[in-house]
Amino acid sequence: MTATSYLRPRDLTAALDALAGAPMTVLSGGTDHFPARVGPRPPEAVLDIGGIDALRGIEETVAGHRLGARTTWMDVIEADLPPHFDALKQAAREVGGMQIQNRGTLGGNLCNASPAADGTPCLLAADAMVVLASARGERRLPLADFQAGYRATARRPDELLTAIEVPKPAVGSARSCFLKLGARHYLVISIAMVAATLEVTPDGTVAAARIAVGACSATARRLPALEAALAGRPVAPGLGGVVVPDYLDDLSPIDDVRASADYRRHAAGVLIARALECLATAGKGA
Amino acid sequence: MAETLNGSPKDRRAEMETNGFLGLIVNGVAHRLDVPPGKRLTRVLREDLGLTGTKVGCDAGDCGACTVLLDDRQVCACLVPVGQAEGRSVRTVEGLADGARLNRLQEAFWKHGAAQCGICTPGMLMAGMELLERTARPTRDQAMDALGGVLCRCTGYQKIVEAMLDAAGNGPAPPVDTLPDGGMGARVARLDGRAKLDGTERYGADHWPADCLHLRVVRSPYAHATFEIGDLAPVHARFPGLHRILTAKDIPGVNGFGIYPDIKDQPVLAPGRVLYRGDAVLALLGDRETIDGLTDEDLPITWTEKPAVLDIDTALDPASPPLHDRLTEHNVLIRGRVRAGEAEEALGICAAAADTRFDTPFVEHGYIEPEAGYAVRVGDRVHVYACTQAPYMDLDEVANVLGFDKGRVRIVPTACGGGFGGKLDVSLQPILAVAAWLTDRPVRYVYDRPESMRASTKRHPARIDARLGADADGRLKALRLHADFDTGAYASWGPTVAGRVPVHATGPYRVENVLATSAAIHTNQCPSGAFRGFGVPQSALATEGLMDDLAARLGIDPLEFRLRNALRPGDRTATGQVLERSVGMAACLEAVAPRWKDWRADAQAANAAARVAGSPMRRGVGVGCMWYGCGNTSMSNPSHMRVTVDAAGRVTLYNGAVDIGQGTYTIMPQVCAETLGVPVSTLAQVTGDTDATLDAGKTSASRQTFVSGRAVKEASLALLAEIRRRANAGPAAVIRFEEGAILAVEDGVEKRIDLSGLPVGADGAVLEGIASFDPPTTPLDADGQGTPYATYGFAAQIAEVVVDIDLGTVKPLRILAAHDVGRAVNPTMVEGQIHGGVAQGLGLALMEEYLPGRTENLHDYLIPTFGDMPEIECLLIEDEEPEGPYGAKGIGEPALVPTAPAILGAIRHATGAVVRRVPALPHRVLTAIREADAEAASR
Ligand SMILES: Cc1cc2nc3c(=O)[nH]c(=O)nc-3n(C[C@H](O)[C@H](O)[C@H](O)COP(=O)(O)OP(=O)(O)OC[C@H]3O[C@@H](n4cnc5c(N)ncnc54)[C@H](O)[C@@H]3O)c2cc1C
Ligand code: FES
Ligand code: FES
Repeated sequence: MTATSYLRPRDLTAALDALAGAPMTVLSGGTDHFPARVGPRPPEAVLDIGGIDALRGIEETVAGHRLGARTTWMDVIEADLPPHFDALKQAAREVGGMQIQNRGTLGGNLCNASPAADGTPCLLAADAMVVLASARGERRLPLADFQAGYRATARRPDELLTAIEVPKPAVGSARSCFLKLGARHYLVISIAMVAATLEVTPDGTVAAARIAVGACSATARRLPALEAALAGRPVAPGLGGVVVPDYLDDLSPIDDVRASADYRRHAAGVLIARALECLATAGKGA
Repeated sequence: MAETLNGSPKDRRAEMETNGFLGLIVNGVAHRLDVPPGKRLTRVLREDLGLTGTKVGCDAGDCGACTVLLDDRQVCACLVPVGQAEGRSVRTVEGLADGARLNRLQEAFWKHGAAQCGICTPGMLMAGMELLERTARPTRDQAMDALGGVLCRCTGYQKIVEAMLDAAGNGPAPPVDTLPDGGMGARVARLDGRAKLDGTERYGADHWPADCLHLRVVRSPYAHATFEIGDLAPVHARFPGLHRILTAKDIPGVNGFGIYPDIKDQPVLAPGRVLYRGDAVLALLGDRETIDGLTDEDLPITWTEKPAVLDIDTALDPASPPLHDRLTEHNVLIRGRVRAGEAEEALGICAAAADTRFDTPFVEHGYIEPEAGYAVRVGDRVHVYACTQAPYMDLDEVANVLGFDKGRVRIVPTACGGGFGGKLDVSLQPILAVAAWLTDRPVRYVYDRPESMRASTKRHPARIDARLGADADGRLKALRLHADFDTGAYASWGPTVAGRVPVHATGPYRVENVLATSAAIHTNQCPSGAFRGFGVPQSALATEGLMDDLAARLGIDPLEFRLRNALRPGDRTATGQVLERSVGMAACLEAVAPRWKDWRADAQAANAAARVAGSPMRRGVGVGCMWYGCGNTSMSNPSHMRVTVDAAGRVTLYNGAVDIGQGTYTIMPQVCAETLGVPVSTLAQVTGDTDATLDAGKTSASRQTFVSGRAVKEASLALLAEIRRRANAGPAAVIRFEEGAILAVEDGVEKRIDLSGLPVGADGAVLEGIASFDPPTTPLDADGQGTPYATYGFAAQIAEVVVDIDLGTVKPLRILAAHDVGRAVNPTMVEGQIHGGVAQGLGLALMEEYLPGRTENLHDYLIPTFGDMPEIECLLIEDEEPEGPYGAKGIGEPALVPTAPAILGAIRHATGAVVRRVPALPHRVLTAIREADAEAASR
């Protein structure tokens, strides 16, 4: 292998074999890859997984849904999915413009590990697992464990992310909602975003809540204290009132060009309350 | 695991690595190409297939200019490795037209005026095609979603959406033109429109000689530093494709450029000291691959960082490093001043007065076409082909840097993908010319987006302190204003901004006592230059805010307060100029007044309902006014034009007024056609080439329609006079152009000039008219007294916004823009200018803030998208300017100035929040809302 190798495997085993040999830059939809490569740059070895069709698509399994790593945002938008995917669909519709939705993949979004990646809070709130494969075998990790820190993941250099698994709701039905805040309408990087999933018992109380916030810490994260406070409450207007600032203590937003830290924390609270209200009133994500 | 594969791992690698031929189907044609599979599809289309209709604005997915259809789905070609397109269908703008017949979307774009500079157009069209093919009758929202990934900096998107819906059969056709001959007032579709729609237009990066060298400038990573360049021989040894490295020593003439003839302070290549992040240090010349792969770290440059002066306070501190030796006052480039009456005394006795401190940031022009071009040496001359707003200024700069007589330089402007002031200064022209001269090879240079943002000029950040006072009747009495501008590392247009702002400080109002001062202060930031409005948008933010403050204090409606003080014919400005005619300020305000009342009432009712419902959404309506002097401030700025007739009787306009999207290649012919009495379609036009056209000055200061337009009229009249003289006909004779002849008809008598009998000039002309126009102005004295401009544009805009008071987000809903343009040469184009100006004003108000080193790309630096624009309605007020061509004056800059103040006024009306720093990002608005709430509670 040379510094300029460019491999385009058609199947996964060949790809994993290549990665086992030497670390290479993985390229999927390229929507994070190329923007990071504007301007002069020495050549690099690339493993282009764009030709591995087996990695693309959404499949229903006994346990839930399996989304191939190369599933694009547009694939998500166009797929027929149950309401606990509403958050992910909403996020997909707001990713970049349609050009990006047609090319960018879920796997790329997670592996790129930007704190502002919109897929992450949705999939955290969906309780997703990621599947990592290497020539040595496969392993599964909860998404929260996959995110190792700011722009870092638990992916080993010889691994590919192959799929994301989303379980079925444990009881009754689940609804979800995603809200994103930015300083412009299209093509906007989030100042803060929130995904909320409520699993609802047949009698209309919260069986389980999963609330995840992005762009307000090094990686998107869930808010366990708030989730606990929501459990058992009736899913009815006023649910958003549960959100008080104490529940946001786990967030560690920063000041940057897009907003101040204090503002981010405040906005996260407002968005969570609105997401909950939305789920409580509309019955499903709006 | 490897054992389970068919064949050995080695074979499989070889199979995967087939870097050989690759099959693509482009616009239905199969191609087999020998290209690396990782190459961006944009580059393959443009460089390997010659399909330069697909544009590159960022290489990062942010602008959408590169949008193509891959298997009928829109994608950014800059983000597609060509290997992933193997065996698939790629469709580009070149595939849309059926021979010479444009498709319905292209036609609609043309008729609606949806393409201005046209650099975004191919991407827009392709994104639009995806929608048209997939959705039968798309709605407005669907259209916006489909196009939302493509940025346009010129049009404000409105005409694009209208064209899209029209083409989809779900929206009205454009207004019908009732003036078939295309003279004054006709909605002529851009005469240079076809090329912008079918992908054949050539912008700076779209053409290059086959054997050219590629150039890249290495720029300073530090705001302030000295450096030494070590031994370059090892670099050459390591990179055999490197042809030559140029340093400051290689500049043959003066190593400096700058707008003012006496301030050539910006080096082409820095001679050992850099003054901003982005200062040019050395130039690499070589083959494309080498230049792309050679990073700054590969070069032996030893840097010594110096304390950097990053803001105006530091700059003014005598302890800070002096940045330029020639300055007489520490780091102050220049000061400006206008004084009338006794401002201080008058303020002391005003019934009401208000103070402000207003801050604005660097703002990036954000033209979608980064700087690009090439240069060639031709004998003892150098020809430069590049995108520019000012070919004749480029010529002077290049000649100076080469140490040549001006006659040895030729500038050929390519099509320009937006400028807005940012392409007035030279960028790559001097270094390209030097490189082509020294190597005797054609040399090409294309900025990438970060380089364009890092190296080019910006809108001046301003800090404005002002106090405005009125009497109890609500008549303005006195203004004191001081504006400090961060002019950055080099002078550029700093003196222009410092001069223009005090003159415009009062806004379009009568104020007898004025002390308006300014300073342009050097720092180690990027050079601030010209950007649509030359500082006036900044000062208008401060003073229009004060107008709202005073109106509130006096209990007068903000619009009524403005009307009471509006400049009217016969009024004297702060510079002592008496405005005689074409003073349409009051007319603009009166035009928006009915809607103002309705909108304000609607908003109040909506807010009352929202309070009851517990909704956080608050609506508000604000107003902004402006005046703007057309042309240079108190300085000669002539335009020269030439109109010829050839032996066949064909009229040609030699038009040196560069069209950067605003439409001079259509407007000038319209004026010419009107004057000559011929249909515009019969005119031929020679544009943009300093060897062929006369100097029509720069495309800036809203001067082209007014100044060059008048020169066209005069040149056309000169041609008519020449014809009448030859025909021995009187001034009343009607002139008719025919095949091979011209007729002069007077009192029923027909006199014929047979053109074939006349001597033929070098360019085929047998008759010509040449004329110049220089707007009448006078110099300003030490107190800024004089006549700075021959005419002014006036405008009032009202904006309605909705503010989310829990999040501080602001969404403009609608804008009504009334502009006194003297006379609209082409209403469609005037509207286009207003829409685009509003979009840039909205960006200034709500989202744009350039931070050197941090927002040097189009995803961190936000400009408005489709979804951010309100509905805009234009009201054209035609208060004719006698100096202008048939009454016309400028619109380019006036369009932008009132928008941001109107939006801030609307935020204030909606929430009580007074924003004194732009952009009004959500966190700033929320803070302002809380302050206003706290103040209201304490009262
Ligand atoms: C204009 C624009 C707008 C955008 N807007 C948004 C937005 O609103 N929200 C948002 O979240 N993102 C946004 N993005 C970012 C990007 O589009 C998404 O993160 C996208 O999902 C990335 O997927 P990709 O396939 O293109 O990744 P690539 O660019 O191909 O890869 C991204 C990273 O992940 C690695 N990688 C990819 N796939 C795998 C895999 N299967 N296994 C291991 N490593 C892998 C790559 O090595 C690379 O480091 C935007 C990007 C652009 C250019
Ligand atoms: S060039 Fe591809 S999106 Fe800008
Ligand atoms: S016309 Fe869209 S960028 Fe110029």
